[in-house]
Amino acid sequence: MISLILATAIRYLLPLLLLLSVYILLRGHNAPGGGFIGGLVASSAFALFALAHGVDLSKRVLRIAPRNLITAGLFTAGSSGCVPLFFNLPFMTGLWFETHINVIGKLGTPFFFDLGVFLVVLGVTLMIIFSLMEE
Amino acid sequence: MVWIVLLSFVSAFFPPWLCRVLHSRTGWIVALLPAAITAYFARFIEEISSGGTVVESMGWVPCLGIELSFHLDGLSLLFALLISGIGTLVVIYSGSYLAGHYQLGRFYSTLLIFMASMLGTVLADNVITLFVFWELTSFSSYLLIGFNSDQKPAREAALQALLVTGAGGLALLAGFLLLGQAAGTLEISALLAKGDAVRSHPFYVPILLLILAGAMTKSAQFPFHFWLPNAMQAPTPVSTYLHSATMVKAGVYLLARLSPVLAGTAIWENVVTPVGMITMLTGAFLSLLQTDLKLVLAYSTVSALGGMTMMLGVGSQPAAEAAVMFLVAHALYKGALFLVVGILDHETGTRQSGRLGGLFRAMPATGLAGILAGFSMAGFMPSFNFIAKEQTYAAILETTPAVFLTAAFFVAGTCYVVVGGITGFQPFTGRPRERFLKPPHEAPPSMWVCPLIMAAAGVLVGVFPSPAGKYMLSSAVGAVLQAPSEVQPALWHGPDVKLFLSTAAMLAGICLYLARAKFRRSMEPLTPLLSKGPEHLYSLSLAWLDTIACAQTRVLQSGRLNLYLLITIVTTTGLVGASMLEHEPILGLERWSDLHIYEAILAVVLLTSTVVIVRSRSRLAAVAALGVVGYAVALLFLLFSAPDLAMTQFCIETLSVVLLVMVLYRLPRYRDYSSGKERFRDAVVATLAGGLITALVLVATAVTREARLTPFFTEHSLLLAKGRNIVNVILVDFRGLDTLGEITVLAVAALGVYSLLKLNTGKKSGD
Repeated sequence: MISLILATAIRYLLPLLLLLSVYILLRGHNAPGGGFIGGLVASSAFALFALAHGVDLSKRVLRIAPRNLITAGLFTAGSSGCVPLFFNLPFMTGLWFETHINVIGKLGTPFFFDLGVFLVVLGVTLMIIFSLMEE
Repeated sequence: MVWIVLLSFVSAFFPPWLCRVLHSRTGWIVALLPAAITAYFARFIEEISSGGTVVESMGWVPCLGIELSFHLDGLSLLFALLISGIGTLVVIYSGSYLAGHYQLGRFYSTLLIFMASMLGTVLADNVITLFVFWELTSFSSYLLIGFNSDQKPAREAALQALLVTGAGGLALLAGFLLLGQAAGTLEISALLAKGDAVRSHPFYVPILLLILAGAMTKSAQFPFHFWLPNAMQAPTPVSTYLHSATMVKAGVYLLARLSPVLAGTAIWENVVTPVGMITMLTGAFLSLLQTDLKLVLAYSTVSALGGMTMMLGVGSQPAAEAAVMFLVAHALYKGALFLVVGILDHETGTRQSGRLGGLFRAMPATGLAGILAGFSMAGFMPSFNFIAKEQTYAAILETTPAVFLTAAFFVAGTCYVVVGGITGFQPFTGRPRERFLKPPHEAPPSMWVCPLIMAAAGVLVGVFPSPAGKYMLSSAVGAVLQAPSEVQPALWHGPDVKLFLSTAAMLAGICLYLARAKFRRSMEPLTPLLSKGPEHLYSLSLAWLDTIACAQTRVLQSGRLNLYLLITIVTTTGLVGASMLEHEPILGLERWSDLHIYEAILAVVLLTSTVVIVRSRSRLAAVAALGVVGYAVALLFLLFSAPDLAMTQFCIETLSVVLLVMVLYRLPRYRDYSSGKERFRDAVVATLAGGLITALVLVATAVTREARLTPFFTEHSLLLAKGRNIVNVILVDFRGLDTLGEITVLAVAALGVYSLLKLNTGKKSGD
């Protein structure tokens, strides 16, 4: 019971939604958004894609297995917290680069932490959705 | 020192890789680490023996007074050398003992973790640091006892050891915390000066009892002794290293270490000395009833630990000397005997004392090690154990009344002669008892050299005792007593009571050795009584725990989702509601007039869709209506200027509708609806929960004006965290640790869902 409308629309929506999710992630520190919401948007994009085109194709489009996304996310978040330890500062002290980068703004450990949150949320949601759909 | 210990932990990662390249030769490479550590600590002998100490410290949790601080004095140095020295020999030995074992790498990793934790335990100056290392030794002991994890007895013994020592460890932690409260410091070196303050503190009795519980479970004192013989399920090198030479002595170490703070009171003497004496006698007696050589040694280890505890309970200067000497002598001869028994087991395939005999011709080197070690164990002149024994007699003859302890030690000494004979002498002498399938032959040198070194050391130190006394024992005893002391061990003190007693014990022991079979037979009627010992209590309490857990699980985890929800909601409502009523809340009701028309419309939508959900007879319709509720709430968030929350809510709603549809798609049609009674009950609970949340919100809005958090975050978010979005700054910076915890929980939950679903599929395909 594949809906033609959804199947066609999602082909264009998926890249747009993914872009949106990255945009939400990046602007999060200064405007509404952030890793959690970004991750949810990205996973809804893939959830819709999976509804329309099935799990196998969405897995191929995703390329990375959801559990690897979770691992990568936890690792990114955890290690971003460890960086200050090398500067003799307490765990998870925010450190920032001085230079301003276009689009992203200032880069610092909290950003990488947020990126980790993004990946974990995406991985967790997709892992649950994919395994439910595969059932 | 700190780095040495941390480095040892890190090095535990490498053996599995080394094993893939070097196979059974790995032992020689791995042994380099403990050998290097031995050399490192040997450098300190000069400095420590001349009365110095070495202190190193690294911040850990400074705000709680917890430091990674290490303190090297005579006692720690003695232990550190025993740990690394015997560790070297055991690692070399294991390479041949476990040659070809598919998990040799894992074995070495765990052994190195143990060595590092044990070093940490004896070097730690902070009691919390000590506790952490202490628990790590229990943990690595668990892994090593259960090394042959495909065997049920090994797993059970490992669990038993972990539960007993772990329970003691918890008591120890409580004791340490109280001790820290009482003395105002967690550093042992500072504690030692505050003995009087601690002893007169009202917490003294609980502190003492809790710390004793920790030390006595670890050192297998009666009535906790039963885990140690069961731990003999471990491979023999492990029994040698952990359950005879080092780990089980951690309790003795702790008693010795803290005796300047805790000892000297009536309760100390009335608890520690009798417990040690009972353990010594129980272990010595039970060791004679065993036929498995490893069990004989295990029970005699229990007995020896009891002896050391007894001497620490006595607490005088000669008693401390005796305890330290006995500790060294015991580590040497018992370690050697364990390794010899391991070789016998390895080459003949049996450890039953009745089946082994006349093996000296086949394995002369092992035989020499066994006989030397057995000779030491029996306490014959000129072994070091003889000197230790004389010293023990000297110490207990000073006590009043001396007769109990002297008699007890005399009996134990007699038993040690028999044990030394059974394990070190009997397998190698007499006629061969049995033809083995494979004629027994000498073990490879890497195996026999290790017990030989230890056994020879036990005799050599006896023949030339003064260097050991000067360089090692004096400073160790000095550390126990916290007073400079000079130990001058000597073989010959002239004919006196001590010599008479030890000679009499030797003769009695030889007689008992010759009549050992008869003795064992005469004790057979006692066997049913022995099975009712403390171990019986242990298994009973485990069974009770299981029963209670099962009963509780049946009630709480019925497997019915609506029951789970009911329990969760009723508990939350009850607890939160009760606490709210107690504080007599003020409800913020005065702002009703601010209601806008679009807010009212949303409220109507919310209420209508809720009614639809409750009344609906189709799951799909209910889910769709639930989505409407979620979206309406998200719109409310948006109206009240919480865009982050609204965005999250939109995404969550979308995803949960998708998820629910996927799940519902698979469910059978609605068939059994709740009965009227159940619906009434659910309605009451739901109304109460909803009412509680409403009240909570009203209470919360009533106090916002006094809140201090909002202005703090508004002011500091850009300044400290360089972000304008307060919500995000709180999530990733101010409360980042919470978020880290939350995403970890998320990941674990996802793993749970994944494995539940996959498990289910497996079952289906299995049907």
